[in-house]
Amino acid sequence: MVDLIADKTKIPVPVPTPETAHFWQGTQAGELRLQRCDDCQHVYFPPRPFCPACACRSVSVFAASGAASLYSYVINHRPHPGFNGPYAIAVVTLAEGPRMMANILNTPQTPEALLLDMPLQVTFEKLTEEVTLPYFQPMGDQ
Amino acid sequence: MESGSVAIVGAAETTELGKIPHVSQIQLHADAALNALKDAGLKLADIDGIATAGESPTNLAHYMGIVPTWVDGTSVGGCSFMLHVRHAAAAINEGLCNTVLITHGESGRSNVGRGGFRGGGGGASLAGQFEAPYGLMGPPSLFTIPFLRYMKETGTTLEQLAMVAVVQREWAGLNPRASYRDPLTVAQVMNDRMIAYPFTKLECCLVTDGGGALILTRADRAADFPHKPVYILGTGESVETPMISQMADFTTSRAFRTAGKKAFAEAGIKHADVDHLMIYDAFAHLPFYGLEDLGFCAPGEAGPFIEARNTAIGGILPMNTNGGGLSYMHSGMYGMYALQESVRQLRGVAPAQVKDAKVSVCHGVGGMFAASGTIIMGNETV
Repeated sequence: MVDLIADKTKIPVPVPTPETAHFWQGTQAGELRLQRCDDCQHVYFPPRPFCPACACRSVSVFAASGAASLYSYVINHRPHPGFNGPYAIAVVTLAEGPRMMANILNTPQTPEALLLDMPLQVTFEKLTEEVTLPYFQPMGDQ
Repeated sequence: MESGSVAIVGAAETTELGKIPHVSQIQLHADAALNALKDAGLKLADIDGIATAGESPTNLAHYMGIVPTWVDGTSVGGCSFMLHVRHAAAAINEGLCNTVLITHGESGRSNVGRGGFRGGGGGASLAGQFEAPYGLMGPPSLFTIPFLRYMKETGTTLEQLAMVAVVQREWAGLNPRASYRDPLTVAQVMNDRMIAYPFTKLECCLVTDGGGALILTRADRAADFPHKPVYILGTGESVETPMISQMADFTTSRAFRTAGKKAFAEAGIKHADVDHLMIYDAFAHLPFYGLEDLGFCAPGEAGPFIEARNTAIGGILPMNTNGGGLSYMHSGMYGMYALQESVRQLRGVAPAQVKDAKVSVCHGVGGMFAASGTIIMGNETV
C-alpha cells in the first residue's frame, strides 16, 4: 500500500498554545490526552483550561484509550502536495465521547474499505522534531 | 425586532455577474450600492447606516463618502448579510439610524483587490492545530464531511443528492443572468468529476465575481419609494463551531435550528404560509439540512421531498429559484444573492416568478455549518 503521506514538509504544522501544550506533549509520548471536568465529569476536546459544559476551571488531563469509531468522511480527489491521493479526511468518535478530525492510515482510501462505525485505533506519526500528529487505523492493525 | 416595522426599499446586484476581472472588489460593493440607491430613488446623503462583510465598513464608508451614525461589520461568512438585515432592523427600531445600506462585493473568481472573508487564525488556532494537518482543501473537503453520516442515518441516496443540482439547473434555465443554464440529468451529475467523495463537481458551488446591495428603512416610510416594499417579518441568527469536526450532530445543524426557530416565532407564520424558499446551497446537501432544520420536512424526508419535485418548477415549495449557488452564481459569500432573489420574488419581478408569492423565507449559512441567519420577508404586513 502506498503511504498516505507523500511529503511531511507540505503538511501545515500545528503551533501549540499554553492551553494545548499538554496535548502535543502527549502525542510525543505516544498518548492521546483528553480533559475531564473534576466537577461534572464531562470529557471534552479540543483542549481548554475550563469545562465547556459547566464552566468549572478545575479540570484534569488523562490518557484516552485510543479506541474510536469512524463517524464520517470525504475522500478528497484534488491534489494536495503533502498527500498521495485520493485520501480520506475523516472525523472519528473517541470511545470517551469527543470527536476529532484525522486521516485513516493503513487501509485503502475507498468507500468499500472505509465503513462508517468501523472500529479504529489511534496511531502516531512524527511530523517535525516538535510535533507528532495523531492518526487512526483500523482496529487490529499494527 | 417588531415584525413588519422595517422594509427593504432598495435592492440590486452588480451590473455584471460572473467573470469581472476589470473591476476591483471594493468597486463591486460600490457598483451594487449605486444600483440599489437608484432602485430606491435615494441619494448617498440619505444613507445614515451601513453594514458589510468581506470589506471593512470603514473602507466602504470612506470609498462611497457616507457619514454613518450606525455601523455593523459582522463577518461570519456567507450569511453575514442575513445578520446585517436583522441588526439593521433592530437599529432602525431603536432609532439609531433611519436608512441602512448593506453591501456585498467579492472578486471571488478574478481576485482583483480582494481582502475577503478569511476564517481561522493560522497554525495556533484550534482549527490550525486539530484540523489543518489532515489534508484540507478548502470548503469542498470540509463542508461535505457530515454528509455520509447523514446518508447512513436517514437513508438518503446519492441520486437524491444529484437531484438537488438537477432541479436548480431547471430554475437557472429560466434566468438569463444565471452562470449555467443547460439542463442536467441525475446521471450526468453523478458521473461528473469527483471532487470529494461523494460530491462531484456539479454538486459544488460555482466560483464567480459579483455583488449586491440592500437598502432598509422604517415601514411607515416604505410606501414613498418607487418599488413595492418588502417587509421584514421575522429574523434569526446563531453560530455553532468554527471546526466542522466539532459540529455536535452531523445530521442536523444547531445554528440552522436556532436561527430558523427564532425567525418563525418572530414572524408569527406557519410553514404552510411560505410561498417561496431560499436555502443557501454552497454544496448540494445544504438544502436537506435547511428543509429539515427549518421544519419544512421531518428528519430524513428532505431527499425524497426534493426527488418528488416539490421544490421544482410547479412544485408546492419553490426553492432556490435563481438557480442557487450551484447554477446562478457564488462569489464566496452567497447570502446576498439569496436575499436579492427573495426581494425579486416578493416584488413580482423575478425571471422565474412564483405566482402570487407573498411570503419568502431566506436562510443562509456561514463558514462550514459555523453560522446561520434566517430572514422571513413578505410583501404585505401581517
